[in-house]
Amino acid sequence: MSLRKQVQRGEHLIWLTGTALGGSLLMIAGLIAVIAVNGLGSFWPRPLVRLALTDGSVFLGEQVQSETIPDPDHPDHPKRDRIQLRVGNRDLLGFDFKWIDADRIGSRELPLAVWYVERREYGPLFGTPVAIKSGDREVAQGEEAAARLPELVARAAGDRAAVRRLEKDEIGDINHRIERARLELKRLDFEAHRAPARDLSKQRAALEQRTAAEKARYQVKQEELARLLDSVAGTFVTFRTADGTEKELRSLDIFRAYPANELGTVGRLRVYLSRLWAFLVEEPRESNTEGGIFPAIFGTVMMVMIMSVMVVPLGVLAALYLREYARQGPLVRLVRIAVNNLAGVPSIVFGVFGLGFFVYFVGGNIDRFFFPESLPAPTYGTGGILWASLTLALLTVPVVIVASEEALAAVPRSMREASLAMGATRFQTMLRVVLPAAAPGILTGLILAMARGAGEVAPLMLTGVVKLAPELPLDGHFPFFHLDRKFMHLGFHIYDVGFQSPNVEAAKPMVYTTAILLLLIVLLLNLTAILVRNHLRKKYQTLAF
Amino acid sequence: METTVVDDSPVLRIRTAVRAREVVPQAEVAAQPAIRIQGLNLAYVDNHVLHDITMEIEAERVTAFIGPSGCGKSTLLRCFNRMNDLIDGVRVWGDLSVMGLEVNGAQTDVIEVRRRVGMVFQKSNPFPKSIYENVVYGLRIAGIRDKPTLDAACERSLRSAALWDEVKDRLDQSGLGLSGGQMQRLCIARAIAVEPEIILMDEPCSALDPIATVKIEELIYELKEKYTIVIVTHNLQQAARVSDRTAFFWLGRLVEYGPTADLFTKPQDKLTEDYITGRFG
Repeated sequence: MSLRKQVQRGEHLIWLTGTALGGSLLMIAGLIAVIAVNGLGSFWPRPLVRLALTDGSVFLGEQVQSETIPDPDHPDHPKRDRIQLRVGNRDLLGFDFKWIDADRIGSRELPLAVWYVERREYGPLFGTPVAIKSGDREVAQGEEAAARLPELVARAAGDRAAVRRLEKDEIGDINHRIERARLELKRLDFEAHRAPARDLSKQRAALEQRTAAEKARYQVKQEELARLLDSVAGTFVTFRTADGTEKELRSLDIFRAYPANELGTVGRLRVYLSRLWAFLVEEPRESNTEGGIFPAIFGTVMMVMIMSVMVVPLGVLAALYLREYARQGPLVRLVRIAVNNLAGVPSIVFGVFGLGFFVYFVGGNIDRFFFPESLPAPTYGTGGILWASLTLALLTVPVVIVASEEALAAVPRSMREASLAMGATRFQTMLRVVLPAAAPGILTGLILAMARGAGEVAPLMLTGVVKLAPELPLDGHFPFFHLDRKFMHLGFHIYDVGFQSPNVEAAKPMVYTTAILLLLIVLLLNLTAILVRNHLRKKYQTLAF
Repeated sequence: METTVVDDSPVLRIRTAVRAREVVPQAEVAAQPAIRIQGLNLAYVDNHVLHDITMEIEAERVTAFIGPSGCGKSTLLRCFNRMNDLIDGVRVWGDLSVMGLEVNGAQTDVIEVRRRVGMVFQKSNPFPKSIYENVVYGLRIAGIRDKPTLDAACERSLRSAALWDEVKDRLDQSGLGLSGGQMQRLCIARAIAVEPEIILMDEPCSALDPIATVKIEELIYELKEKYTIVIVTHNLQQAARVSDRTAFFWLGRLVEYGPTADLFTKPQDKLTEDYITGRFG
């Protein structure tokens, strides 16, 4: 059919509209594909290449990328190739990425018996294990050392867990109790100041006794820890790198080691999955460029949940007033316009408001009245997960109000009339008929709010997100929920790792993996809400009147 | 089977319907009116909708309101349980008492009025809840939580609404899964579950097929043993079939009101005659 004919029939728009939709889908699919390939590919163990350069130097590493660049020095060869090698061994070389011109490469091989070693500091080490020492005694050499390495790494993981348990759980518990006792003592000082007549010496004595007991226990545990460290930290592995340098590593500091060029597909897959798993459940290391991002996942999910808990009642109540009680007139219209515009305010503005109002004003006053004993160290008067969630709740409340209002308006009038004619009060009608029927629509608002809230970073930077939070906002210490604590967040993690990291090149895969994880979490949260909504829809399906 | 004359005129059909009914002896008509209306007016903003309506509706009888669209019959019906309160800008003046209760009085509890005056709407509007929950809704909002009481009320109401046998095995299923006629009977069951004294029906059959309509009409016939029923209808034959007394409204005024048989067979007013013979509509 000719275009003229299509225009005459008014069908030419199908192409325009279809192209627009196709373009949007293509861009979204492209975005997800780029993130997924770069992110999920980064865990795959690559071969270690050994390059001998024409000048005699030798480099061993993973080939990261290659590119063609213009070469102005050679008029007859306007282009030349170069490859980027991740050479690791930052402590020895001073850098861990190196660009090498292709024409300077003398020979290229995939040597056997070279290991990829993930360790506590300085990024990965690439080399061959040559010896294992226990204390001062050498227990294995050469190939035997390589054979015993996996077992050593596995034991190191167990030892690290034991040390951690002792340090974090037991000694951490004691520290926590000592700190509480200290604060209670300070509070007693306050009371004494306010009511000098009261005799507080008894409580004071009890607290001091408690502190002394805890301190004694602390000593015992410290000694236990020292003994444990002595017993597990005595094993060392010596590696020889490509250029012949030897490096001694404490086995306790080795997180993972695999012979990169000797692995079959199954072996690679196992390394891949173990890295993926570690990424999800471990804490970050090396200024967030290595290790896992569990605290960030936890912080993101918890923040979104607290936000949802806050935003739904607030938004629904506001919508109920606007729709059910307010007299529909110019004022209500104005409020509605204002609410809609609120959704368009830049999020950083909300962040500034959150900092000024929630953190400094509300938090500061809470501290003044409830936690005077720890001042000037703020408890709530500083950024924390509660204030961040509240700020985001404020940011997303317009979405919930608009969606809830529409849902309420969509409840058929006949339904309300039926209830009122039965002698129900307005409140009963709202609670028993209108709200259940509007619940799916309200949940749609929540879904939109969560999608927006989970991806927001700017306001969080002002209200409580940090690049590394030592403790989760939920743990085993009373009162379990620590809403005053700072937290980590995937969105901020992307920004921090990608743009604030000292080693940007090494952090690049982390940016992609974190991004895809953030997408997945938003998807998961939304999916949950959608399932709940569908369930409600089925339950409270109304006839189309 | 005595008549072989085939006459399709609506008047004849209505008159046949009137004659075919058992005629209630007029002497038995209760003396106590259920609803007493004295000079009732209603205005919506500047639009005067009801003009000086004065009538008495007898207890335990079926009273039909007929008239062309926009004549105010539904509006009058909605005055009886103050459903017009829900519309902004409505003013009502004049006297209206239902079972001796001053409906528009300043002290009157509108909830009380609505508990005593049930309503069935034009379009069936069951809640998106189970059949059981639909029926006991009125009891629940009255604060009754006792399960045996609710169960008993549910069964009694559904039996009264002639729906029990059809739904007794699926009380926990959604009320919206029923057919149109069943839904309307569910709404009737819901209305009678709280034992009102009066049931208002606003064109209850207008969205139903003829068979469902017959069932509702039979139900109305049974219900009038216990309840006072006021029904608004556009269907003159229906008015003739189910009602004891009929009121004809025109442009917000009560034109004629009397025993159904009289109104349809020998209307006193020219307007009534024109309307029931289909000369305007």
